[in-house]
Amino acid sequence: MLHTVNKSPYEKNSLDTCLRLAKQGSAILLIEDGVYAAMGGTSETDKMKRATDAHNVYVLGPDLKARGLDEAQVIDGIKVVGYDGFVDLAVEPNTVQSWL
Amino acid sequence: MKFGIVVNEGPYTHEASDTAYQFSKAALEKGHEVLRVFFYHDGVNNGTRLTTPPQDDRHITNRWSELAEQHGLDLVVCIAAAQRRGIVDPDEAKRQGKDANNIASGFRISGLGQLIEVGIQADRLMVFGD
Repeated sequence: MLHTVNKSPYEKNSLDTCLRLAKQGSAILLIEDGVYAAMGGTSETDKMKRATDAHNVYVLGPDLKARGLDEAQVIDGIKVVGYDGFVDLAVEPNTVQSWL
Repeated sequence: MKFGIVVNEGPYTHEASDTAYQFSKAALEKGHEVLRVFFYHDGVNNGTRLTTPPQDDRHITNRWSELAEQHGLDLVVCIAAAQRRGIVDPDEAKRQGKDANNIASGFRISGLGQLIEVGIQADRLMVFGD
C-alpha cells in the first residue's frame, strides 16, 4: 500500500497515525507540508530514521524545493521523487491511503 | 492504468488542488488515464470562472480547464457542495432562480454518484485534500 502524508508533523499527528497503522514494508510518500518530516537534524529525525528501517519512505522533491528545503539535508534512506515518481508509487501497490 | 482524482480542498488554500493537478498531469504524460476529477467539499471552489488571481500567480481554475480540454478530462463538481458555496451552471441558475452562473469551462455539476462510479471504474482513487 502507498500512504501519502501531506501535513507537517509539527502541525498535525497524521504522520504518527500513518506510522502506527502502516504495515511493515509499505511505501510512505511525504508531500506538501509533510516534507518537513524528511529533514535531518530535527526532533522528528530519529523517528523517521526508524521509519526507514520498517518502510520505504519517499519525499516529493518539488515540494521540498517550493519550501526552500535543501535535498542534501534529507535523512539518509528517504528517497526523493518527482511527480512522475509519485505516479509510479501509486501504480505499484493496489491501494493508496491519503493521510490528511 | 485508470486513475480517479478527488479534490476536497479549495484553490489557494494549502496545496491540495496543485498536487492533484501536478499528479494528474504527470499521470497523463506517462500514458495513464484520468477517468474523472471529482471536486467535493471546498474543492468545488476550483470550478468558478470568476477566479482572478494576480497575474504573476498560477491560475488554478484555468489550469484545470486547459488540462481538461487537452485530454478530454471529466471535471465534476459535487452539486450539494456547489449549491452551498454558490457555484452554479446555467441549468442550476435557472432552476434556483439565480441571476447568473459561474461554472468554469470544462467543469460540470453533478451528484455524488459520479464519485462512487469513478471509485468503481478506476484502478486507483487518489484523494487530495485537507
